[in-house]
Amino acid sequence: MSETEVLLELTDVKKHFPIRKGVFKKVVAHVKAVDGVNFTIRPGETVGLVGESGCGKSTVGRMIMGAYRPTAGHIWFKPDGKQRTDIASAEPSEIRALRPYVQMVFQDPFASLNPRMTIREILAEPLVVNKVVRGRALEDRIRELVELVGLKIQHLGRYPHAFSGGQRQRISIARALALYPRLLVADEPTSALDVSVQAQIVNLALEIQDRIGLAYLFISHDLGLVRHFSKRIVLMYVGKIVEYAPAEPLFNRPLHPYTEALMSNVPTTRPELVGRRIILKGEPADPINPPAGCPFHPRCNYAQEICSTVVPELREIEPGHLSACHFAESLNLTGCDALGCAI
Amino acid sequence: MVPALDVRDLRVHFLLDEGTVRAVDGVSFSVEPGKTLGIVGESGSGKSVIGQSILRIVPSPGKIVRGEILLRMENGQGEPTQLDMAQIESHGRLARSIRGKEIAMIFQEPMNSFSPVHTVGSQIVEALRLHADVSPQEARNRTVEMLKKVGIPQPEHRIGAYPHELSGGMRQRAMIAMALVCNPRILIADEPTTALDVTIQAQIIDLLKKLQEEFGMAILFISHNLGVISEISHEVLVVYFGRVMEHAPVDVLFREALHPYTKALLRSVPGIDTPVRSHLATIEGTLPDPYANIPGCPFFGRCMECEGRTVCRDDPYSLTKVGPRHFVACPRICVADFA
Ligand SMILES: Nc1ncnc2c1ncn2[C@@H]1O[C@H](COP(=O)(O)OP(=O)(O)OP(=O)(O)O)[C@@H](O)[C@H]1O
Ligand SMILES: Nc1ncnc2c1ncn2[C@@H]1O[C@H](COP(=O)(O)OP(=O)(O)OP(=O)(O)O)[C@@H](O)[C@H]1O
Ligand SMILES: [Mg+2]
Ligand SMILES: [Mg+2]
Repeated sequence: MSETEVLLELTDVKKHFPIRKGVFKKVVAHVKAVDGVNFTIRPGETVGLVGESGCGKSTVGRMIMGAYRPTAGHIWFKPDGKQRTDIASAEPSEIRALRPYVQMVFQDPFASLNPRMTIREILAEPLVVNKVVRGRALEDRIRELVELVGLKIQHLGRYPHAFSGGQRQRISIARALALYPRLLVADEPTSALDVSVQAQIVNLALEIQDRIGLAYLFISHDLGLVRHFSKRIVLMYVGKIVEYAPAEPLFNRPLHPYTEALMSNVPTTRPELVGRRIILKGEPADPINPPAGCPFHPRCNYAQEICSTVVPELREIEPGHLSACHFAESLNLTGCDALGCAI
Repeated sequence: MVPALDVRDLRVHFLLDEGTVRAVDGVSFSVEPGKTLGIVGESGSGKSVIGQSILRIVPSPGKIVRGEILLRMENGQGEPTQLDMAQIESHGRLARSIRGKEIAMIFQEPMNSFSPVHTVGSQIVEALRLHADVSPQEARNRTVEMLKKVGIPQPEHRIGAYPHELSGGMRQRAMIAMALVCNPRILIADEPTTALDVTIQAQIIDLLKKLQEEFGMAILFISHNLGVISEISHEVLVVYFGRVMEHAPVDVLFREALHPYTKALLRSVPGIDTPVRSHLATIEGTLPDPYANIPGCPFFGRCMECEGRTVCRDDPYSLTKVGPRHFVACPRICVADFA
């Protein structure tokens, strides 16, 4: 696998949801959930996607899955290293044909499992629909998957409601892995799991990655896990990328004030380490009516006049390290360790 | 002081065809007004069922088979009395008047607690009007105000959104708003901040602490995020397989945990010293068979410290006091002739 080979490439991807009002459902405004996003994922690597709640992370994931059609832009996917398809404009039949290669684990394990299917049926479905295995081999694969995620064979006959949140999340992970995908979009995959199970799943994910070269888009609020897991990190704020960098430079020398604020607020079990906590003023930005200029400026402690009028471009400040801050070069922000962030 | 909530020997069992699941099997704790008890533990260990029992909304075939759930009330003279929630009719008027008003719960599954066909705002307004005698306009104002407090931008606009139109974290904040809008005396928060970024999480923790100071709200805070637990709790309960393994003041728990299970949990989180992509410490093995009735230590077989000593398997489970407000259920620590 060459460094330059690309599995997935997003170019200027946008998703605007209409807001309708009144009896005639007239469109009165748009939620600019994703507003011009560019990044790539190479085969077998993990890209972490981090950002404020509501900034468009899940929407990016759903567009990659072909579940939402972008308002603009391209999502190039090249699962076999040869032919590439633009998921943004693909026909439903083409998207179905890509299904085995790109899978998603959702944030909410309660909403994503069919309550009327047993665990066995849930795991068999993708294998049967995509005609992967049948009969004896099907049963073997199901058992293999159940064991892979640390559940028991006795659980197969039960329905989702009889499981705890963490157990259900393991079921959705097993289902996503059933077809040996090339890319797994993992949307908060471990936030419902206890830390020991989370550690098991992380170990498992790393092992699978080494073994079959699976790539991950890892959406998470857990910066410690993101640091542990990701090669490169995309940081979003109201629909836009504000920082994009390899993991270590991002954590050691952040180039956007939002990144610094995030790192300073990581909760910790070691209060003695906590240094300065950066309190963001004002309220979270609204994607229906994003602030003019830099979307972060109303909350930014370093904002100057230009920030409220001119939209900052995402620029390469250091090799491979991009920031969308007018003052990225001059701010000298504090990195994770100096902030006393215990991750 | 009479605690806001005093739970004694709570046992909640699910009677299934295949056997009995002892989801909660002899759990005791109490929470004072204005204090937070954190609850951590293995996925499937009974944390949510504890919360559901207090509200009397355990799904069937689950049953409270034993124990008391004493809720602090006030009689006509303003003196404290106790009401045993375990004894009241779960569908009765009393239970309904307590749910949402005296005790509110932030549920682990945001999608299941809002109806998909009504707007989020109308559901919060309705919850408020059920318990408080307020005009529709007043209810709307208070809803908008609460949505603002939990960090929903432009709540005047978002109040008309349907649940699926909100991001995971916004739904979670809307649910927090719904739980807080009636100003409950006891809040059961079941994984309330999993979908929030750390800045909003910090804001919610602040808000809860403020409400606690102002109104003396008692909080039961269930979470897998040990950092959050550490920052919000006064005391922490560590549960495993329906039982309390350790119960300690928060600083004691995170500095001097005694139970091997607690220690193993703390080790599983990647920290400053964990090399990236390295293998994280896990707990070998899985939870015991869900239908098992284990007399001794349920962690036996996975524990790295007891080396299979039969006393751990056979000695009946009991929680022993080892320090001020510090309790542990581990034969290695508590049995005198452990050898
Ligand atoms: N409706 C049900 N029917 C059968 N068993 C159930 C039901 N609800 C819960 N259980 C069982 O009760 C036990 C405790 O579940 P509970 O949801 O309280 O776990 P939890 O500690 O909250 O886990 P998590 O951290 O994953 O949310 C589990 O073994 C679960 O399988
Ligand atoms: N189907 C939809 N209709 C209308 N608006 C939507 C829809 N889906 C998402 N949105 C809006 O798009 C924005 C981005 O939502 P998204 O779910 O992508 O956020 P997120 O970054 O995943 O947040 P979280 O961390 O809270 O999960 C939000 O303002 C949300 O309200
Ligand atoms: Mg999301
Ligand atoms: Mg739970």
